[in-house]
Amino acid sequence: MSQPLISAPASGGLPNPVPTGPVRLTINGETQTLQLAPWTSLLDALREYAHLTGTKKGCDHGQCGACTVLVNGRRINSCLTLAVMHEDDDITTIEGLGTPENLSPLQQAFVDHDAFQCGYCTPGQICSAQGLLNEGHAHSEAEIKELMSGNLCRCGAYVGILDAVKEVVDKQ
Amino acid sequence: MSQTNHIGKAPSRVDGPLKVAGAAHYSGEFNVPNLAYGYVVNSPITKGKILKVHADEVRALPGVLEVFSHENVPYLAWFDKSYKDQIAPGGSPFRPLHSPDITFNQQPVALVVADTFELARYAAALLRIDYEQQEHETNLEAKRTEGYAPGGGKIGFQPPPPPRGKPDQALKEATHSIEAEYAHGAQHHNPMELFTTTVEWRGDGKITAYDKTQGVYNVKNYLMGVFGLGKDDVRVVNQFMGGGFGAGLRPQYSVFMAVLATLELKRSVRVTLTRQQMFSIGHRPNTLQLVKLGTNPDGTLAALQHHALHETSQFEDYTENIVNWSGMLYQCENVKLGYELAKLDIYSPQDMRAPGAASGNVGLEVAMDEMAYAAGLDPLEFRMRNYADRDQNVDKPFSSKKLRECYKQAAAKFGWETRTQEPRSMRANGKLVGMGMGGGVWDATQQKSAAKALISADGKLTVRSATGENGTGTYTIMTQIAAETLGLPLEAVTFELGDTDQPEAPIQGGSWTAASVGTAVKNACDALGEKILKLAQKPADSPLKGATYDEVEFVNGQLRLRHDHAQAVVLRDVLQASGETQLEADSSAQPNMAKQNGYSLHSHNVAFAEVEVDEDLGTIKVTRVVSAVAAGRILNQKTARSQVLGSVVWGLGMALMEETIMDHKFGRYVNHNFAEYHIPVNADIPHIDVIFVHEDDDIVNPLGVKGIGEVGMLGVTAAIANAVFHATGKRVRDLPIMLDKLL
Amino acid sequence: MYPFTYSRATDVADAVRDKAGHDGSAYIGGGTNLIDLMKMNVEQPAHLVNVAKLALSKIEELPDGGLRLGATATNSDTAWNEQVKARYPLLNQAILAGASPQLRNVATNGGNLMQRTRCYYFYDLATPCNKREPGSGCSAIGGFNRVCGILGTSEACIATHPSDMCVALAALAPTVRVSGPKGERTIAFEDFHRLPGDQPEFDNTLAEGELITSLDLPEKGFAKHFAYLKLRDRHSYAFALVSVAVGLEMDGDTITDARLALGGVAHKPWRDLSAEQLLKGQPATAETFGRVAAHVVADAVGRGSNDFKIELARRAIVRALKQAAEGKQEAGDMYLGGQ
Repeated sequence: MSQPLISAPASGGLPNPVPTGPVRLTINGETQTLQLAPWTSLLDALREYAHLTGTKKGCDHGQCGACTVLVNGRRINSCLTLAVMHEDDDITTIEGLGTPENLSPLQQAFVDHDAFQCGYCTPGQICSAQGLLNEGHAHSEAEIKELMSGNLCRCGAYVGILDAVKEVVDKQ
Repeated sequence: MSQTNHIGKAPSRVDGPLKVAGAAHYSGEFNVPNLAYGYVVNSPITKGKILKVHADEVRALPGVLEVFSHENVPYLAWFDKSYKDQIAPGGSPFRPLHSPDITFNQQPVALVVADTFELARYAAALLRIDYEQQEHETNLEAKRTEGYAPGGGKIGFQPPPPPRGKPDQALKEATHSIEAEYAHGAQHHNPMELFTTTVEWRGDGKITAYDKTQGVYNVKNYLMGVFGLGKDDVRVVNQFMGGGFGAGLRPQYSVFMAVLATLELKRSVRVTLTRQQMFSIGHRPNTLQLVKLGTNPDGTLAALQHHALHETSQFEDYTENIVNWSGMLYQCENVKLGYELAKLDIYSPQDMRAPGAASGNVGLEVAMDEMAYAAGLDPLEFRMRNYADRDQNVDKPFSSKKLRECYKQAAAKFGWETRTQEPRSMRANGKLVGMGMGGGVWDATQQKSAAKALISADGKLTVRSATGENGTGTYTIMTQIAAETLGLPLEAVTFELGDTDQPEAPIQGGSWTAASVGTAVKNACDALGEKILKLAQKPADSPLKGATYDEVEFVNGQLRLRHDHAQAVVLRDVLQASGETQLEADSSAQPNMAKQNGYSLHSHNVAFAEVEVDEDLGTIKVTRVVSAVAAGRILNQKTARSQVLGSVVWGLGMALMEETIMDHKFGRYVNHNFAEYHIPVNADIPHIDVIFVHEDDDIVNPLGVKGIGEVGMLGVTAAIANAVFHATGKRVRDLPIMLDKLL
Repeated sequence: MYPFTYSRATDVADAVRDKAGHDGSAYIGGGTNLIDLMKMNVEQPAHLVNVAKLALSKIEELPDGGLRLGATATNSDTAWNEQVKARYPLLNQAILAGASPQLRNVATNGGNLMQRTRCYYFYDLATPCNKREPGSGCSAIGGFNRVCGILGTSEACIATHPSDMCVALAALAPTVRVSGPKGERTIAFEDFHRLPGDQPEFDNTLAEGELITSLDLPEKGFAKHFAYLKLRDRHSYAFALVSVAVGLEMDGDTITDARLALGGVAHKPWRDLSAEQLLKGQPATAETFGRVAAHVVADAVGRGSNDFKIELARRAIVRALKQAAEGKQEAGDMYLGGQ
């Protein structure tokens, strides 16, 4: 049996893409103006326009946490928000937490506890953990595990992630 | 005391600071100038033909550069062999954009290229394609009787050995016997990083492809074959891979698309797959297994039969070793193993962590648990009674095998002796408690590899080999091997990988990288060491005069006589005195067949798991796991432990939640995203103990390393499934064990 | 994602006016569901009105003793609000059982009500779906429907509402305040979401252009005897297969007032008023719980791969009622299973 699947042409011609405009973003303490259309996600703005590639795209749908950044100190999924919605916000990415030569306490704990393997989910895990510290709700192991469950790790480094976050939580 | 003995210690990853700071660059993170973006369009139908691609409507959009489909792709290689990569299975590889024929759902049918990612994505949504649809079959159940034995297979595939003894008669005469079918659906690798390729147009027909792959040379050779590129025209780079698990063993359509567009547009192009598209690039196949076991009065196995059937595509005979392991894990004189494929209208499956073994291990190890119960034996005791000291598949001794020690140490750590055999006999916290176990076996193999070592006058060593780093710790262990070989601190060594400008290394899979590339690195450093020794012996008063390379050692930045440490020179002094700015040496390594020929080379493991089951609600919580691995020498205790921890997480996922659901009406996966294809999250993971049982093995390779990327996953899934049975008395034979199966 | 224009509203009136002035426009709050759907081309708004930064983020006491939850207060701020924790711990637990910390930090209270179904076919443009494309057919009926509904479904649609927060809200019965082109009005929570019937494209009863401004909780919070029980395919960050929200008032062992709502089973957060009546005046015994649970699922219809939900829901109701009667669950900084 042969069954055709014919798509209907869009009526009234194709809409033209929306023009871009200047969007002022404050990222890691520095304000910069990017030329963006409204449809650019904060994640794509960081990676493709601001060339800050430490923030990762793992699913682009808020289902993995790899794109986690801090906005005004709170962790969010940068893939599910538009860059244009953050002109007044203070955005912190993994690059703003520390550098390879000068790691933050969380970053150092992740290295010490081997809390990653491939490293792709790691910036999101660390930004998420920083958000967890800022929130101040996690103390026990069960609480840390629950509040770190918005970040998938396919390498399965969860034991190390728990140990690393716990070490920094305990020091606070 | 040597400060430069690094092997077997637990240094942190040398690439760790880059990764935690977001400074490691993955393939989508090379922002080359004038970059265009490609977005792939996939078929919504499963079988049929493309009638028309309405590309002109989309080309008319300002900012859209081109729409590629079978209607306009330029002349590409014609013969199958040009598309065959290093581990292509038998058959004809899929050729993207090659013809109007649709052979699987989500088949890539077009690439839209535009100035921005957002525009390419939008234009892809607008692209109208007309299809003629034909009836499809995607259900393995419908092909139960149409299995066929594949003639050959990809590298590493071995057809099951012929039957031994009298498996049918022995089964009939067995004191106790069991027979059961085990099943699991398709599973997808789902590394966190999406498949991405950034192709840089270098002008004059030359390109550099930053590609997500587990084998830069495999991709380079593929691109040369498909696009007719010379070897100087294409360079493939992957210095960091955001997880592979087998998904990057073969060149994926993302690299094909990006290179096609780059060559045609003469402009750099990036193609990134979506998470949904990650479900169209290969998977662990839906598999049905039939296992029959019988025992003698003394609890030894009288007969073992294991048959597996799994899906493959219409165009390739994807193969993996599912049943062979069952012929070597336990001692049994009467064994029959069978393996068949069935063709469906799906994409070819692809090796996924412990391919074949992970599947077959569940069938065998759950059946062993059922058999233990049928024979009235403790599952661990039952395995001890059937311990194999010889690989009966090939009738050879193992080069080393400390599985018995794994059993003992893990059982002790776990507290197996506290377990009561009767199902439903243990309770805690108002829940049913279950304890289960399972063990496994995996190949210890070595592939031909090459490496180059360079040392500068200031004593800084650089070693290169085009292997990969996908989280296994390659940078770190190679740095350790190189540093120890030449007696240097880790900080003095830089290991570089993932670039076809470097000496060739095999694809990174099969747990063979440590053995293969590690040996090449050691050989290259030794070759360099010999040159350094010659330089050191030049001065008339050299304390090393007349010494052979075997009589000296590199320790703590010195080169000294093994039998008289006082006779030493400082490495840096030698280099500086020589007047050379740099010394270099190339070397390669391959398995010593003469030495290995009489042996079976394998790693082994066992896992013990405890679960709590809420009897009313069917919820399962894994409360702890102990995993013991015997895999020769462990190069880095820290990264090796992480690999085993990760393997346990994988085993847990396979046991309790992972399954890609096919809606057979559409022939389409329905849960193609991270919201509905569940992989474990932090809250799912219990305390995990990892034990390494050391094996001395100079047969397997000079480093004595067997690899641990896959073996740690074995046993875990079965251990959890067996623990669920122990807790509840319900034997679930189709994975994953979700709560509804316990209601 | 289709292109759209964007503006940021200065106040509610401005937002309503802006939306009315643009065909095919939508409000965006946190955007965690809308942007997801736009990326899948399921939603194709031509214009977005950002309402996230309107002055609607307060959580404040009402003169009648209730509590007003601003529409743009985030799920996190709501869950961790001291008043919510003390007076409406059921809401605290339900919110924290949903999504992830990152999503809860952005998702708004108003947006939570506006979440669309997670039915696989709704999200996949390659398959028919009456909710996405009226009249195209329901792929979930006869297809894979593990996440789909068992109560109040129709032959046109068996989708479920995916929220956890709304299940608690259904039990707590707030009033939804909205503003629109025709002015302000209130909607009882019970009437906010609708059943699919033959128009599954409509999730709720909002009129065109209406914007949620607050959720006004009544005084009664069931803070002593409550339970939120969520059952899912992994231990966190997964949608509910079945969830149960229970609020009880007890006099000794006798139930004097009861609220019971289910998630994951219907097109709307499923509050069962008749079950609540059955509980009133009854002793908090296993027999009572079993009888009421059986009553709730008496008319449930399975569609194949979701058949198990009927039995699971029955057992979950029994468990949640028992937990609520025991009064052991407390508000917290996270949801740790409640089982």
